[in-house]
Order: sequence, then C-alpha cells, then structure tokens
Amino acid sequence: MKLIILNDYDQVGEWAAKYIRNKILRFNPGPARFFILGLPTGGTPLGCYKKLIEFYRNGEISFKYVKTFNMDEYVGIPRNHPESYHSFMWNNFFKHIDIQSENTHILDGNAANLIEECDSFEQKIKAAGGIDLFVGGIGPDGHIAFNEPGSSLMSRTRVKTLAQDTILANARFFDGDMSKVPTMALTVGVATVMDAREVMILITGAHKAFALYKAIEDGVNHMWTVSAFQQHPQTVFVCDEDATLELRVKTVKYFKGMMHVHNKLVEPLPPK
Amino acid sequence: MPSNKSVSDAPITQFVNCRILREHKLQREDLWVREGKILDPEKLFFDEKGSADQRVDCEGLIIAPGFIDVQINGGYGIDFSQATDDVRGGIALVAKKILEHGVTSFLPTLVTSPPDIYHKVCPTSIFLLTHQHLLFLAIVSLTVNVLPEVKVHSGGMEGAGVLGFHLEGPFISLEKKGAHPEQHLRSFLSDGMSDLIETYGTLDNVAMVTLAPELPNSQSVVRELTQRGITVSLGHSVANLSQAEDAVRYGASFITHLFNAMLPFHHRDPGIVGLLTSDQVPQGRTVFYGMIADGIHTNPAALRIAHRAHPTGLVLVTDAIAAMGLPPGRHTLGQQVIEIQGLHAYVAGTKTLCGSIATMDMCVRHFKQASGCRVEEALEAASLHPAQLLGISHAKGILDYGGDADLVLLDDALNVRATYIAGQEVWRKLHHHNC
Repeated sequence: MKLIILNDYDQVGEWAAKYIRNKILRFNPGPARFFILGLPTGGTPLGCYKKLIEFYRNGEISFKYVKTFNMDEYVGIPRNHPESYHSFMWNNFFKHIDIQSENTHILDGNAANLIEECDSFEQKIKAAGGIDLFVGGIGPDGHIAFNEPGSSLMSRTRVKTLAQDTILANARFFDGDMSKVPTMALTVGVATVMDAREVMILITGAHKAFALYKAIEDGVNHMWTVSAFQQHPQTVFVCDEDATLELRVKTVKYFKGMMHVHNKLVEPLPPK
Repeated sequence: MPSNKSVSDAPITQFVNCRILREHKLQREDLWVREGKILDPEKLFFDEKGSADQRVDCEGLIIAPGFIDVQINGGYGIDFSQATDDVRGGIALVAKKILEHGVTSFLPTLVTSPPDIYHKVCPTSIFLLTHQHLLFLAIVSLTVNVLPEVKVHSGGMEGAGVLGFHLEGPFISLEKKGAHPEQHLRSFLSDGMSDLIETYGTLDNVAMVTLAPELPNSQSVVRELTQRGITVSLGHSVANLSQAEDAVRYGASFITHLFNAMLPFHHRDPGIVGLLTSDQVPQGRTVFYGMIADGIHTNPAALRIAHRAHPTGLVLVTDAIAAMGLPPGRHTLGQQVIEIQGLHAYVAGTKTLCGSIATMDMCVRHFKQASGCRVEEALEAASLHPAQLLGISHAKGILDYGGDADLVLLDDALNVRATYIAGQEVWRKLHHHNC
C-alpha cells in the first residue's frame, strides 16, 4: 500500500488527478487500446474531477480513448433525477470532457431485471479487458462502493440494501429528508474492485478517520470492507491530515517520510 | 459522431463558452440545439450516445431567449395602420429589421383606424353588416384590408415571427385617446362582440385587443375574447380601480403602456395603476403591464415604483412607430402626421407623445440602468414575461429543453451581437469576431 498524506481536500483532489493523468498518458491509449477507469461519485472525488477537467481544458489529457465503469447507482430513481449517479457523472465530469458516451458505463437502477443488469455489467468489464485503475472512496462505516458492513469480501456486482449510516450520510443530497433517500442500490462487489490492476482510494475529513484506521491498521474484516485492499498488490490511499487522526503516529511518520518518492508519480511527464 | 439516430438524425449544434439565462439566473452552461429546439444534452448523451455536429464559440457572450415585442406600430417608414397595397411587405420589412434589436417574435400593432383598414369589403360580407353601413359600402369599392393579409407565422431568415395582431382601439376612451384619431373611436352598442367583429372583420390572427373597460357592455367582450385565447389589455381608459378589477376578473391580463393614457395614480383611487398591487386578482393569475422604457414616456422614478411594486409583471414594449429607425422629420402614423425631434415623437404641432422610436434592446438597457435591476430581470422583462402574458412560455421566452431556439446573444452591456431563430443565425453584428 502507498499512503499519500496531503494537507487538505484540495491537495488530495489535485494529487489524485495528476496520478490519473500520468497513468493514462504513460499507458498511451489509442483506438485499439483503451484505458479502463473505474470511477466513484460523492463529495470526495469532486475536487479530483474538477482538476481532471482542468487538465483536459489545458490540453494535457484526452478521454477519447478512455472507457469508464462507475461503481454504483441508486435503484428506482429516474435517471435524470438530480441526485442520480448518472446526473452526477454528467454534470461533474462527462459534459466537460471529450469522452464518448458509448465508452461510459453506469449501472441502470431502473433496469427491468436488476440481476441481469449486474451480471451484464461484470461481462462488460471483462469484455473491456478488465479495469486498469479503479478509483474509489470510503464511507464512514468503512464501505467501498455500496458494500456495506457485512458484505462478502468475495462479492460481485449485485443489488444491495443500504445501511442506515449510508442513508443518513446521503440525506443531505435529498433535502435532509431521509424518507426521500433510495433504500437500494446496484453496486460493484468487493471482488470486482479487487480484480482491477490498480486501486486508488480517496479519503478526506475527520469523519472518515476511524474508517481509515480500520481499513489499514486493523485486520481484514467484512465489517470494514475497504480493509480487503490490504490484500491487493497495487493500492494507493490518498488522504488529508484530518483523515489520519485515528492512525498511529508511527504510521503517519513512515508514510510522510516517503512523500518525496511518491510525489515523483505525479510530476508532469516529459513531452513526447 | 452525432448520435445513434434513435431519435433523430438532424444535426446538433452546441453553443459553448457562453452564459445562458435559465431558471432566472445567468449560468455558465453550454446550449444545445437540434431541429430548432433546445435539446437536453444529458438525454442525448445517455439515450442516444450523441454528441454535437457543430460547435459555436460564443466567446463569453450572454445567450438570452429572443425578445418578444407585444406593442409595435411599425418602423423604418412602415406604418402598420396605414392603407397600403403591400401590407404583407411592410410587416415583413419591419420583421426583418427588428432582428437587429434581438426581437424574434412580435405583435404588429394597429392603432384606432377606420373599419376599412381592418377588413376587406366584399359582396359576401355585406350580409354581416348593419343597415347604416350598407350605403357606405355601396360607395366604397374593394379597399385595403390588413387583418386577413397577414397570418400568424414563425420567424426565420426573413424576419421575426408574427404571433398575431395587437388591436389597440378603437374601443377606447375619448378622454384618453392620446394620438388615436377621435373620429374612429367606437363604443359597444347592444351586443359588444358583434360590434367588435363588425369593426375588425375577423379575429383570426389576433393575439391581443386593447380596450377601455369602463365602456358599457365591455364585460361580455372581455370574457368572450379571453375564451377565444385572445389577450385582453386595458388601456386608453379612464377606468377606476374597481372597473379595472372587474375586467381582470372577466379575463383581462395586461395593461397597455402603464401610466400613459390612463388616470394617474391617486391614493384614494389608484385607477388601472392600482392593479399592480390589487388583492382582487384571481388566484394563480398575473396582471402584466407594458412599460415603454425609452426614458421619455415614463419618468425613471415611476418606472422604479412600478417595477418594485410588481417586478414579475413588467413587460417591456417599444410602442415603436413608423419613424423608428428613420432620421428626424415628419412621418405618418395611422391617420395622423407626427414629428420627430431627437428621441421624441410628437403629434405634429403639439407636445402630445404619439409613440416611441426606441428599439427593444435600447429599452432593455435603459430599464436595467434606470431600475438598477439584475441583468436577468432586464432580459426576462423582454422575453419571459411577454411569453407568459401570451400563454406561450412553454415554447418561447425561455431556454428550457424542448423550447424554441429563438436566441439573442448579447455582451455585458446588453448590446445585441447576434440573433437566432429556430437555431439558425438570422442576424449578426459585423466587425466583431464572435458567433
């Protein structure tokens, strides 16, 4: 695991965006060779998306040969609902860049057969050749995507009922009214994300600190599903100071000591 | 690639680098257009896997819905109320020129005129006329008609769209006739509507009628016109507030050039002006009011009072006359001669104003400056509000998905840089590198 500790939310977004940019540029995608990116939604990655849009506008990066797979989508709200994850991705990312619609994949929470929809999503990932980099966040209860506490660490894309904590956390997007928050979602499984060649988790804020502690300093446990990535060979955790509040001083010092090495990963690439 | 053609294979235009007026705010958003309508790009992306065929770089300009002028009597030498052989040509000329002012739809307005201006005299229609007129008809041969000549039609390269006629008079008050010719004023005899039809000949292609509600028998007329979908406006009237409120109850929804040609506001009887804050307006209905914001017809303080009292009802109108767009001097309006002095247009030999020569974009700028309102409010007074008044705000006066792509592109000083109708550029200001 690489643990990247930055000062604040904005720095996390910038570092993560640069990391993604460099990964795509080094991969050098083309019409026969797409870069496959797994993407999250929510407050945490917003800063990262803004920076990626900036890099696109500056001409540093193109998404023409990038395919995306989103982690999850609510069940039962209209696709154009302002809080659907389709709307989120359109408004915060897709509409600002040059990605082609047929290269984006988001689970359809209004599909006639939800199980078929989930299975078909797994097939599409396979057909694309698997995910090169899966970007995710972490819930206060330590979940990755909607893999709530108790989700199998071997799980695949499926329908999940949301935990109370998650509904509470999401209520702020539904006028603070918990009764308006969807209760079910389609989500990639823990194993689906584990299958990616590389995983990057973004964590910001003091309210995520305990989950981060459980994820990287405690054992692998299905009650804190992000802990599964301790067993992934290529994981990067990018966090701000506040998110480290529950970690041991020793852990923080160790990884801060490596920042000069890790920062090389986000330096601008030499021009071709 | 444009789309998977599942909905349409028409080309898609994306206006980028612009600020659009939507939901009462200027927002940094792209505007998408297909087949003359505003397109929902999210639906296009997810449903049709579509993207733009053509991008128009607006270089930071404002995109507002095209302006709608509900009171314009002519311009560029054309007087809609004057007898000519080429009514259609006259309206078309003005329609083309007002594109430069950002106007994409309008109501050609006819002031009080003799009956022959309104309708064609011909054998079959004699049966509809009363005895008094038979002799008159025997003498008058086929003369010009105006109303049957021009139909409601969409705009385009040829000019702004005609939404219908605005008939201002002749059923108005003698005391408040303003520049209208006294000899052609009329009142409602026994059955109001038949007097109306007799005068106008036809109500096809009529969008608005201005009348004085204190005229006896006006109630049934107001009600009937409203039922036919024609906007009834109160103006050139000495009605008190109570009479005005009655008319609103029967369906009247507009006030023709507020303050002008009506009783002044009085604190014990505010008259028609009192409609702005009347509590007798039926639930769910709005009384709109036209304002000529040319700096001449209304003192800026009065403009501000009206705006502050009822901001959502304010509709900018030009009330432009034939001399608009022409140099100073003498010109004809209706049956009278007028004189231009600077930005003023008087009934020749008097100091009575007879209409303005300000253009719509001038009015928008002046309104913003005089009232201190936000840019969005100034633009809506010339687009959204007239559309709401005419009951067409699902299609015009808005930049919502599915609406008509009638657009005006403006700089921050609200100068018109380009005008679009149904997504096609129909006018562009030269000597500027923009869209």
